[in-house]
Amino acid sequence: MSLALVHTRYQLTQLVRIPVAILGAAFFPAASLVFFVVPNTRDNPAGATLATASMVVFAVMISNLFGHGTGVAEDRSRPWDPYTRTLPIGPAVQFLSRIFTGIVMMMVSLVPVVIIAALFTPATLSFGAFVLAIGTVLLVSLPFTMMGLAIGYSMSTKAALAIVQLIFLPLAFGGGLMSTPGDEPGFIQTIAPYVPTRGAVELMWAVVGDHQVNPTSVVSLAVWTVLFGSLAVLAYRRDEGRRFH
Amino acid sequence: MNSSQVAVDVHAEPADTRTVVAQAIGLTRRYGDHTALDGVDFTVREGEMIGLLGPNGAGKSTLLNSLVGLRRPSAGRCELFGGDPSVPANRRALGMTLQETGVPGTLKVAEAVDLIAAHYPEPEDRDTLLARFGLDEVARRQAGGLSGGQKRRLALALAFVGRPRLVILDEPTTGLDVESRRMLWDSIREFHAGGGTVLLTSHYLEEIEALAERVVVLVGGRVIADDTVDAVRGLARVHRVSMVAGELPELPGVLSVERADQRVHVMTSDADELIRALVRLDVDFSGLEVQQATLEEAFLTISGS
Repeated sequence: MSLALVHTRYQLTQLVRIPVAILGAAFFPAASLVFFVVPNTRDNPAGATLATASMVVFAVMISNLFGHGTGVAEDRSRPWDPYTRTLPIGPAVQFLSRIFTGIVMMMVSLVPVVIIAALFTPATLSFGAFVLAIGTVLLVSLPFTMMGLAIGYSMSTKAALAIVQLIFLPLAFGGGLMSTPGDEPGFIQTIAPYVPTRGAVELMWAVVGDHQVNPTSVVSLAVWTVLFGSLAVLAYRRDEGRRFH
Repeated sequence: MNSSQVAVDVHAEPADTRTVVAQAIGLTRRYGDHTALDGVDFTVREGEMIGLLGPNGAGKSTLLNSLVGLRRPSAGRCELFGGDPSVPANRRALGMTLQETGVPGTLKVAEAVDLIAAHYPEPEDRDTLLARFGLDEVARRQAGGLSGGQKRRLALALAFVGRPRLVILDEPTTGLDVESRRMLWDSIREFHAGGGTVLLTSHYLEEIEALAERVVVLVGGRVIADDTVDAVRGLARVHRVSMVAGELPELPGVLSVERADQRVHVMTSDADELIRALVRLDVDFSGLEVQQATLEEAFLTISGS
């Protein structure tokens, strides 16, 4: 565990020295908030709070899909990765340190979203709900972390980038992140409960506002988490010692 | 000497009681339909200094990577310190430098050493280690800004961070200037003098001669020689005798004969004796040239005959 933290610290050190990477992760969700939420929720505190929660889930998804998906694929293409596998550490250290690093980067990418929401929208949240929301963010980030790791450990950087770019918008729209809760287009209402973003955002809505969670969405979120988790572990195992054919 | 004697590879060893630190047993590794290693048996004992020699693509890196658990055997098995090399605990006394070990460009030299040191119970003192590899002056610099030679020395220094019992170095001095190479050789000798076990690969016979006590020659995924440096040096002393000539009679010490255009190229283990025979047998030749074969040619000739 302490070695996982050491690796986390060094991964963060490297990321901090390329600040553009962090800015990039923080930009998209903040921009979405500015363009979609700020102008449309001027006199609607409850709506603004729910919409902010949607953007938070959007940010969580982007941060983990890109961070792990392309980040892991990129690391694997470098000679440092096989070298670290000759050290006396197993997969647990590598996996845990990546998850910890992903959480820190995700939290950083959320800061501008929260600040913009607090300053420029009527969104409000009690302190207790805010703390609970942070815990919920950690929980609902898991399926996206696992999805990112599964992608990163099973393909090249270019393929990983293409896949992530291909899936992140359908996941956002399909789960209803870009619509007002309860007012989605018909076909999205039909598919949303089976899209992983939906369970995530419904849990967030329930924490920050008045929302009745659809059990189907939560069950499918759990199923997605287990599925992507298994895929990630499988991809890691398959990756061991099978490079540079 | 005839060709079958040249290829004799089994050196009768007295029973060796030193601990086995690494071992390949019937190791075969295939990549698709290419066989990189073909039933290799290979043992490294505590305190040995072994050079692994062979042409490009002979399977040297695959053998090293299999010994440390980076590659899984297609058949046979590997042991490191008596156990499975893919189990992390069995790599605790191992130090490794891969052919390429790009330390992340944004990490500082001292940080890279500290990161690796965190994996071992009693790591080497960082400043002493950096000084030994001539890196003390660049300790605060990011690895991305180092020269090629400095990057290589850092990768090599990292192999020694954990006070290993066994270091495995894949082409340690490729791309190093003469001074860095001497510095590294001294470090390796010092480590070995202190009881450390060394396994290294090289393209250069000179390097193997300077360091190793035992040489293992790998060609086409098979061990074709496993002997002392002197014995292998004898094996590798192959000459290419070429001339313009017609059909050649039976000649002594011939390893292989090749024809290209008008010229005949004869690989031989004894060029002097061959030429004496040519003259004695009154062979009609012209344009005689004698060249020392490259190591690669020598091993390919020996393994082919």
